[in-house]
Amino acid sequence: MASVAQAIRMALHYGETNLGVKDIFGQDVGAPLGGVFTATQGLKTAWNSPLDERGIIGMAMGIAMGGDKCVAEIQFADYIFNTIDLLKIAGNTLWCTNGQVQLPMVVMTPVGAGIFGSVYHSHSFDAWASRLPGWKIVMPSNPLDAYGLMLAAIKDPNPVLYLKSKALMRHKGDELIPGEPADEKELKAMIDKPVQNAEGWKPRWPDLEEYIVPIGKGKITHAGEHITVVTYSRMVHLCDEVALKLAGEGISVEVIDLRSIYPYDWQMIKSSIEKTGRVLFVNEDTEVTNFGEHLAYRATQELFYQLMARPRVLAGKNLPGIGLHPNLEKNSVPQLNDIETAIREVVAEVP
Amino acid sequence: MSKKTTVKAGRKSAAKKPAKAAAKTAVKTSKKASAKADNFGGLSEDLLLRIHDLMVKSRVLEERLIKIYKAGEAYFWIGGPGEEAFGVPLGLLARKGQGPAYDWFHLHYRCTPTMVALGMNMVDSIRLIMNRATDPSTGGRNFANHYCFPQWNVAPVTSPIEVQYPLACGTAHVQKRFGKKALSIVTGGDAGTAEGDFASALILASRKGQELPVLITVQNNKFGISTPFEGQHGETHIADRAKAFNIRARVINGNDPVETYLALQEEMEYIRKTGNPSFIEAHVSRLYGHSSADGANKKAHLVDPVFTFENRLIDAGILSEKAAKKIWEIYEAEGVAAQEQARTEPVPTPESVWENVYVDSENADWRKF
Ligand SMILES: Cc1ncc(C[n+]2csc(CCOP(=O)(O)OP(=O)(O)O)c2C)c(N)n1
Repeated sequence: MASVAQAIRMALHYGETNLGVKDIFGQDVGAPLGGVFTATQGLKTAWNSPLDERGIIGMAMGIAMGGDKCVAEIQFADYIFNTIDLLKIAGNTLWCTNGQVQLPMVVMTPVGAGIFGSVYHSHSFDAWASRLPGWKIVMPSNPLDAYGLMLAAIKDPNPVLYLKSKALMRHKGDELIPGEPADEKELKAMIDKPVQNAEGWKPRWPDLEEYIVPIGKGKITHAGEHITVVTYSRMVHLCDEVALKLAGEGISVEVIDLRSIYPYDWQMIKSSIEKTGRVLFVNEDTEVTNFGEHLAYRATQELFYQLMARPRVLAGKNLPGIGLHPNLEKNSVPQLNDIETAIREVVAEVP
Repeated sequence: MSKKTTVKAGRKSAAKKPAKAAAKTAVKTSKKASAKADNFGGLSEDLLLRIHDLMVKSRVLEERLIKIYKAGEAYFWIGGPGEEAFGVPLGLLARKGQGPAYDWFHLHYRCTPTMVALGMNMVDSIRLIMNRATDPSTGGRNFANHYCFPQWNVAPVTSPIEVQYPLACGTAHVQKRFGKKALSIVTGGDAGTAEGDFASALILASRKGQELPVLITVQNNKFGISTPFEGQHGETHIADRAKAFNIRARVINGNDPVETYLALQEEMEYIRKTGNPSFIEAHVSRLYGHSSADGANKKAHLVDPVFTFENRLIDAGILSEKAAKKIWEIYEAEGVAAQEQARTEPVPTPESVWENVYVDSENADWRKF
């Protein structure tokens, strides 16, 4: 099975071969490295930009305005903050020009904790991103979705922010990408740049097929009856694990992988809450002010009389950073036991 | 400097320059002009008159916009009176059209002269400042002079200072790949060069082997809003910063349309020929102050490029005083009529806030997901 990094690489290859992507660029995105997480190895349109996040976003906007498709990378989301007003402009250009200027561009960036990356390699960006009207924002949790969402992002006529979990970069899924060889070793031999003697190396791409995960459509990763847990990205796996454990005790948890932050799959959330009457929103961005809060607000407004318990948000603690020592990281972003405790509390609540 | 001394200075400096190559073309294009002491760099009389006409049109339009603001029919004014001698030649020299085969404009908010030279009607600028639904640039959504004309590759003007600079590198990158020798033009103010985006553009445009066909310009009017040039610059010329990146650079008198025209022509040809960037720092007058925020009142002590040029043409016998007066009157009448017309036109409806948040107006309102 492909890892998330390999899936992104294959999606970008598909994009430059079939969907008109002409530039894939950012810091260390081109040869020789092919991305600090290897997601851009061997791509024919990949190139290295200066170490300048604002320059990267500005350039991407210019390329999109000029009529070409590009995928730009910010090496770590932790360094995307100095581009915020450019992201705002990219998001408001269509509106400000009353529909005249579209900016079909993709910006991808690794987000979140889980790799003990300390203060500047653990930032989340989902809540910030949700405040950039005009952008679509996706956050895949597994390789197949990573592939399908990238293709959807490339095809979308709007700017799309593709937030990829650092901790999931080597994560392997249990579903094959259409065209991917079933043998993991074979795939590796085909598309991973050798660590040694890589000079002159060229990938042999599998015969990939188009596969789209529509932006704005979630997925139920664990069906259940007693509580709805709405999450995305890395936290999906933790929530699924807790759901499996609690199933053994007769607590039936429905886990929704939102996959898209904006637009988001409200219909899926709504029908699940109508069934379970209870909801927990889980993500690792800081709790003040959190995207889960918006969802909890909406659940309260629209489903108040169907709820059996107060909606809850479990998120990262409102701290200036995530400390390097595991004790610090683990007490900053939700862990398995935090999720389990929160689920138990919501399920135990009696109206 | 008074208007009078400027005229004199203009004459003197022009007379000093023999400009051999230019004089040759002058013989070809205009025998009459070449016979004068001021040979106008060899530009033809037709061209000189066209430049003058557009400079006047732009000035009259800007002054109309100020009147509209002062009459309470607009919320904010900012614009480019004083930048006509730079902006008009820029608009005239560019390869105008849509798509990568044509030049791109990444303008700031003082570029009415360029828009007028490109062919923008007065009424379209007035619709913008009066926030009418008919405003072709923004549909009544944005400030004065925040133009957007995709049919001429005019990128939307943005309020954040200097962000247009790296965007110009993006369109230049596309143009280079397209291979039709079109270039991207970016304009901005002197104070704005303190922003990182300015440095971003110098870097992106000049990387060895990956140079971009971009004309980077700064209109140096010696002020931020109230901060004088000396208050924020250590470098002698802003153009010196471009030199550090091996970008060909020059400083010009942007109040002289002839000097500007020739310099722009030369640099644009150089860019088209080599695919390399070039940099122009143009010294211009900020004739009406920063914006309505500081009163938008005329600063009489500054060089007025429109009158200076007009007097020069009159002195040279290329334009009569009567003909000049007529031009001002025609455009004044056009401005008044345009204002009257815009007044009658519809304004954006409240519900239209949801339009064009996303392409095809999908997904704008989360309540409807
Ligand atoms: C990023 C940013 N900061 C502050 C402002 C407020 N502002 C508007 S115009 C201006 C001065 C710009 O001066 P300069 O770049 O010299 O251009 P000029 O207006 O003189 O042509 C400032 C500070 C802004 N628009 N954008």
